[in-house]
Amino acid sequence: MGKKNSFTLLILSVFLIIFPFVTTNTYYLSTMIFVGIHGIIAIGLCLLMGYAGQISIGHAAFFGLGAYTSAVLTSRFGFHPWSAFFLGVLLSSVVALAIGIPSLKLKGHYLAMATLGFGEITYIVFNELTDLTGGPPGMGDIPRISLVGFMVNTDVKYYFFVWAFLIFILVVSLNLINSRIGRALRSIHDSEIAASAMGVNTSKLKLQIFVISAIFASIAGSLYTHYVTFVSPSSFSLSFSILLVMMVVIGGMHNLWGALIGAGLLTIMPEFLRALKDFEILVYGAILLIIMIYMPKGLIGGLGYLFNRFKK
Amino acid sequence: MNNTILHASNIQKSFGGLVAISNLSFAVHETKIKAIIGPNGAGKTTIFNLITGIFPPNGGAFEFMGTRITNLKSHIISAMGVSRTFQNVQLFSNMSVLENVMLGRHTRTSCGIMSSIVSMSKKKREERETRERATYYLEIVDLCDRMNEYPENLPFGKQRLLEIARAIATEPKLLLLDEPASGLNTRETQNLGRLITEIRDMDITILLVEHDMELVMDISDEIIVLNSGRKIAEGLPGDIQENDEVIKAYLGED
Amino acid sequence: MSLSSQIIQYIMSGITIGSVYAITAIGFNIIYNSTSIINFAQGEFVVLGGLIMVFFTVVLKLPLIFGFILTVLLLTAVGMVMERFAIFPIKEPTVITLIIVTIAVSILFRGIAMFVWGKDAHVLPPFSGERGIDFLGASLNPQYIWVFGITVIVVIVLSLFFKYTIVGKAMTACAVNRTAASLMGINVRRMVLLSFVLSAAIGGVAGIIITPITLMAYDNGAILGLKGFGAAVLGGLGNFYGAVFAGFLLGIMESLGAGLIHSGYKDAIALLVLLLVLFIKPSGIFGVSEISEVKKF
Repeated sequence: MGKKNSFTLLILSVFLIIFPFVTTNTYYLSTMIFVGIHGIIAIGLCLLMGYAGQISIGHAAFFGLGAYTSAVLTSRFGFHPWSAFFLGVLLSSVVALAIGIPSLKLKGHYLAMATLGFGEITYIVFNELTDLTGGPPGMGDIPRISLVGFMVNTDVKYYFFVWAFLIFILVVSLNLINSRIGRALRSIHDSEIAASAMGVNTSKLKLQIFVISAIFASIAGSLYTHYVTFVSPSSFSLSFSILLVMMVVIGGMHNLWGALIGAGLLTIMPEFLRALKDFEILVYGAILLIIMIYMPKGLIGGLGYLFNRFKK
Repeated sequence: MNNTILHASNIQKSFGGLVAISNLSFAVHETKIKAIIGPNGAGKTTIFNLITGIFPPNGGAFEFMGTRITNLKSHIISAMGVSRTFQNVQLFSNMSVLENVMLGRHTRTSCGIMSSIVSMSKKKREERETRERATYYLEIVDLCDRMNEYPENLPFGKQRLLEIARAIATEPKLLLLDEPASGLNTRETQNLGRLITEIRDMDITILLVEHDMELVMDISDEIIVLNSGRKIAEGLPGDIQENDEVIKAYLGED
Repeated sequence: MSLSSQIIQYIMSGITIGSVYAITAIGFNIIYNSTSIINFAQGEFVVLGGLIMVFFTVVLKLPLIFGFILTVLLLTAVGMVMERFAIFPIKEPTVITLIIVTIAVSILFRGIAMFVWGKDAHVLPPFSGERGIDFLGASLNPQYIWVFGITVIVVIVLSLFFKYTIVGKAMTACAVNRTAASLMGINVRRMVLLSFVLSAAIGGVAGIIITPITLMAYDNGAILGLKGFGAAVLGGLGNFYGAVFAGFLLGIMESLGAGLIHSGYKDAIALLVLLLVLFIKPSGIFGVSEISEVKKF
């Protein structure tokens, strides 16, 4: 995983452990829980976009599949939260395979539109399957989840629960990219033709990463459901898919830490933009545009560039 | 004659009505250097793309070491022992020089997603071996001192060499070089010629597309001449130089 | 109403909504041909067209024809601003960058539309009254005729433009081979600007004619753009007449599906068609796969 990553991970862990003890405001704690949930999806999407070079504008759908599987199975059919959790992961992987096999043959714009279309269809289905999902108003009364006999029922407990998941997923992903497979992924990003001429099975690898990113999103969905204990389709709309892409892009597509920073910024920022009410969308659009044009490598890339120039 | 390593029979390829390759047959013999020459647009690069499975031919077949490879996927053909470079150098720009060559070891290593994630001793050992092998190939092209740089920071001639190092890192039986001398100066071209024969002496057969006639005549064992997708001559370098049809094609007479 | 007249009714409204998909698809094609960019803000042009027309004719009470002209002019300015401030300055035009930039622009347009017009859907009165015309036993909304008629005019004008004017020919040349076009002295950058202007203008036209039927809200752009893209792909990306045909086809399929199956899934039908085409024959119904092979390498 490399010394640099281990060190950053250590600092992050220390901060995470101290944080709940120094902050008395439960509101900050709950924001951090959402940062963790969004971060898990962003890490997966970063593997797909920044490393494998494939775009998805439909990842809210996998988040939604995880969330609704957990919600529906536990509250309507009395499933144990953990079995629902794993069934959600299973369902998301199967759907990701079914969508990924034909989609990943497509390139660039076509792939973006295919995933966008898939996301919209899933959103419509969440709205229309009223018997199961409760339709547009959503569904509540979702039980909390427990861990080896202990209910994860306070914000502090849930905070540690979510961030433990995130750290695990981050370590897994860092290991993945610093390996033979990670090299192959980056090669696809740079030149798919050269990668396959060097023996990389590009279509298989792209599909695997697509499924992995869908699984991460599904895990985040289940975690979301058992924290909020209420789900409605509007949380899984196109704008959330775009928000996820923004998280990955703003931090820096080619860096997992960038995705995490992006998730943090875009989860915390709305709290500061609250005064703007609905018009925060304008700020989002402007930030995204400026970053893409002037800092195509994201905040991490941009700051790194400035840092290097400063050193010289 | 040696054994045939690659056999092309009656290859046809057209792009939307435009015929690129027409009824082409040839054989490449083991541990020889064979050159394909011809004017621009003769279909030379198309042949490489067909052999390496980037697109399939409309008719005909390729046989590599006795196995039919037509319609196989690129990565499978590569794993069987066919490697290549590209006319417009295609290096991985977000990877260091060393990592580019390490990627060449992809099919000679085996760590999958699971062992990559849990980071076991197998992964560590394999990564160390990959690094050592990659360094060995960088030594061959004399790029060891720049292995931590990024390809875009290398001069163009070195980028060509890096691409060759990456290609031979796959331990190919057959190496396809697509205009390796284009963009090189005279001295670099001479070194390249020496390098290519060195690679041949590593028991790697070479199929070469090249415009630099001096280089071609100097190192090739056999030459095929293409014009507008058709083979107009094939033979030893000396014979080709005196072939009337070849001279006609090159002087631009119809 | 009998089933047959009901079906005629569905087909009529299908052709009408299909007109908008057709124009949107042409808008996608114009930009795609000159830049290889898929403009994710194409649907927003339609939304802005409708909303600006509402402003001119309902709020300022200008006559229809002035409202129409002013709206289209304003949209050309919108296209110009988008190209100059968002597309032109991009340093690393990779596919992902271009996609995200046009998405960012679409978010901005949506935000501006919400800022100016609010969140409610806006009404635009039909151009010539609401009294239905009897047609084969079905009642035909006169606005349908306006939509269809103006779409036909747009298609004819554009095809004459591409075939017979110097500028149109230059744009077609860029679409075929950008390098060759620039060697022939065509200013490719100007063609890119022009393609955004043209695309925005006809998007605006689509918005103007459809708003009296469907109303228009600030956030309608995404789904309109997605379906327009569906039509563009179905007809073969870059194919002008393919887009027109596919637009109508998609509209009719959607309208019949919604009427005869389940209206809640109306949007899903068009999207499903989009996915099926992408998965089975991404070169579209009229596409030749060999051509795309050449374009890729």
